[in-house]
Amino acid sequence: MDMRFRGASFRPKSVRALGGDFAFHLFVGIVAFSAFILVWVLVAQMVYGAYPSMKALGFRFLTDATWDSGKGQFTVIPLVAGTLTTSGIAILLGVPISIGIAIYLSELSPAWIREPLSFVIELLAAVPSVIYGLWGIYFLAPVLSHNVDPILVSLLGWTPLFQGTAGGFSKLTAGVILAIMIIPTVASISKEAMMAVPNSQREAALSLGATRYQTTRIGVLTYARSGIFGAAILGLGRAVGETMAVAMTIGNSPTISWNLLDPGTTMASMIANNWGEDLGDPFKLSVLLEIAVVLFVVALLINVFARLVIGKAMKPVQSGGAGL
Amino acid sequence: MAQKIETERLNAYFGAVHAVKDVDLGIPENKITAIIGPSGCGKSTLIRCFNRMHEVVHGARVTGKVMLDGKNIYDADMDPVLVRTKVGMVFQKPNPFPTMSIYDNVAAGLRLNGVKDWNRLDKTVEKSLKLAALWDEVKHQLDASGVSISGGQQQRLCIARALAVEPEALLLDEPCSALDPIATAKIEDLLFDLKNSYTIVIVTHNMQQAARIADYTAFMYMGELIEFGVTKTIFEAPDKELTEKYITGRFG
Amino acid sequence: MSLEIRTFRRRKLVNLLASAAALSCVVVALIPLASILVEVAVKGYGALSWGFISNPIIPGGGIGNAILGTLQLVFYASLVGLPVGILTGIYVSEFGDNVFGRTIRFFNDVLANFPSIVIGLLAYSLFITYFGFSILLGAIALAIIMIPVVANTTEEALRMVPNSLREASLALGVPRWKTVLKIMISNGKAGMVTGALLAIARITGETAPILVTARYSYYWALSPSDPTASLPVAIWFNALDQSVTAQQEAWGAALILIILVLSLNIVVRLLTRRNRFSNSYQMVKKSWLRKSKQSA
Repeated sequence: MDMRFRGASFRPKSVRALGGDFAFHLFVGIVAFSAFILVWVLVAQMVYGAYPSMKALGFRFLTDATWDSGKGQFTVIPLVAGTLTTSGIAILLGVPISIGIAIYLSELSPAWIREPLSFVIELLAAVPSVIYGLWGIYFLAPVLSHNVDPILVSLLGWTPLFQGTAGGFSKLTAGVILAIMIIPTVASISKEAMMAVPNSQREAALSLGATRYQTTRIGVLTYARSGIFGAAILGLGRAVGETMAVAMTIGNSPTISWNLLDPGTTMASMIANNWGEDLGDPFKLSVLLEIAVVLFVVALLINVFARLVIGKAMKPVQSGGAGL
Repeated sequence: MAQKIETERLNAYFGAVHAVKDVDLGIPENKITAIIGPSGCGKSTLIRCFNRMHEVVHGARVTGKVMLDGKNIYDADMDPVLVRTKVGMVFQKPNPFPTMSIYDNVAAGLRLNGVKDWNRLDKTVEKSLKLAALWDEVKHQLDASGVSISGGQQQRLCIARALAVEPEALLLDEPCSALDPIATAKIEDLLFDLKNSYTIVIVTHNMQQAARIADYTAFMYMGELIEFGVTKTIFEAPDKELTEKYITGRFG
Repeated sequence: MSLEIRTFRRRKLVNLLASAAALSCVVVALIPLASILVEVAVKGYGALSWGFISNPIIPGGGIGNAILGTLQLVFYASLVGLPVGILTGIYVSEFGDNVFGRTIRFFNDVLANFPSIVIGLLAYSLFITYFGFSILLGAIALAIIMIPVVANTTEEALRMVPNSLREASLALGVPRWKTVLKIMISNGKAGMVTGALLAIARITGETAPILVTARYSYYWALSPSDPTASLPVAIWFNALDQSVTAQQEAWGAALILIILVLSLNIVVRLLTRRNRFSNSYQMVKKSWLRKSKQSA
């Protein structure tokens, strides 16, 4: 047994010191506890604020297909559809690019470039969402609308996904911006997952005559795949909750359509766009709060899931004991 | 006696650190050659020059020649990827691919090289596992994960994996240091059987192991090759005083 | 094996293409960053002038009140967010080896990446009746965003301190609370400072929570209980307005905001060159990864 601790436990602490310790523990604990409790109080309060809407609309809020504020028909379906679409585009575009970046940083780049380049990529995360939106309105939307959308329509116009052009404010534009915004998160967590792969794995592949690409594929990516998956889910969580950039580029039309070039709306952007006007009408306000409740639940589920996946992913790989 | 691998003024560096100094060594074909020496003497670095693994480390470089069957593997027109299919390696700590089954682990090398034919893969996997003295133990669980077997079995799996690509020489870097004596004995036995078809170079810090299985032994100290010869001679009547000191345990 | 020669060249080609693809991913990601920085710099530069910074929106066409508003929001938010966050981080790190500690830690991780508009609405729901649309309400929302970030980084900073220091101090009979304080001040200081700076950088750029709490204003906010303009919301309100003044306000605000945020991030990077926390994402993510390893 550790001699130091034996001596320490025999030495009687002064009552003041004991009291000080206890008070400290209590104080810190109370602060942490209160912060924790407070958040749940707020959640309850928000649900309470959403209650008039919940009561009036009932389950139709979750099942109706059309949003018509003139007729008082509010439903979360078009919003969820919009959220899923834009987040889906974000994941489809953003995750592969992030993995490519992670591979470059982890496996291919010269050592001196790794840190500064990682920093620069992560600067993408530091840019405020509203500035992404501003850039989206005045740069990305026109570029997509004039240069990219026509190509998409001519190549893929036979699918219902790309029809006509309605200017640059569309689910596609919002999706592209979201893809850019999730890249720093997904890339850096994937990079960490890859760098955590023990070198022995790479050596095993190399010694069999694998090229760099093959080594990365079988030695690194397979080992790191659950970490990468968790990174993607985390990116999804971010995309779902992103508000301003989407609100500024999606066109704000609570309709559902397959056409990615149509405007749409998401849960978060609906709230942001209507917050000013609807404040006079308490019912409309509670509708917005109900949307927020749904968004809260969705975001909570995704983030908790992401955290559990990453937790399992980082478990050290089990292997048999030394011996026969 | 034919030399499978021959080095000519081989030097290896880690940045500024000179790990292998002017080594001229000939590895005889189809025999087991052991490389012994105290920790840090450069023996691992040396064999990693034989399959061009040394240069993978950032900042590492090699000067001099390493001839495999008379052709310098460091020639400008030699691609390291091809060299490594000719000279296989087994590492100190068993490193099977954890996300792959036993079968897939052994087949990995073949698949990397473009082999897709199931028949050939099946046959080679079985042959390699038999050579590695592992077939009987795992033949009913080829789908099990590569890491679900014991440490000793994993190391034999790694040997099977290395043998599956039909290399001409097999390098083993302290393959038994993480294993218990019984597992070690199994591996030593299989190496003994392998030497009829393969040239084997084994780095070991365990002199008794070298004495047990090696035909030839090389002694290294501080990056230099001190002495090389028939194992019996090295252990019973070494030429250099340094060798004798090491053998008798006076240092390292 | 003869087969190698056949497939070898194909493999080398694939290798080359794959490497090129990975590098091009990096380039693809850097293009928007460069584009944003250039656009904001070019379009915002023309708006900058002393008058722009010092005049309020009405009268004067400047964004002085937005700048002040942002500073005030950040100030009040930090007043609450930093201490609570640090104390929570201390609790989790020093006393948190129990169910409660793990719950808080888990909860912090989840909350750190939460949609900020929801957090703004949470603050609104409870406190609107007490504070009205005001700087204080906005500060509450921002504080809620800050707390998990600061708690995480504080916990990380304390975790990096080797246990032997704690044990040595305790073995000498120094009371627990003094030990923690000493460690914080001497060893944890760097990590906590960078954590605080990163949290501040983060909330400076937040729009949605402020939009729903502190709202907007064309005038100087005279007291913390007034609503106020802020840089991000100024951008939001003026973005689609094509008039010259509005565009000026939007891009000018964007330039100032981005300079503020990027400077903070760069300062943090310079301060932390030795350790790995070079921005909030790394810190939050690092603590995420580390905690996952423990809970596994």
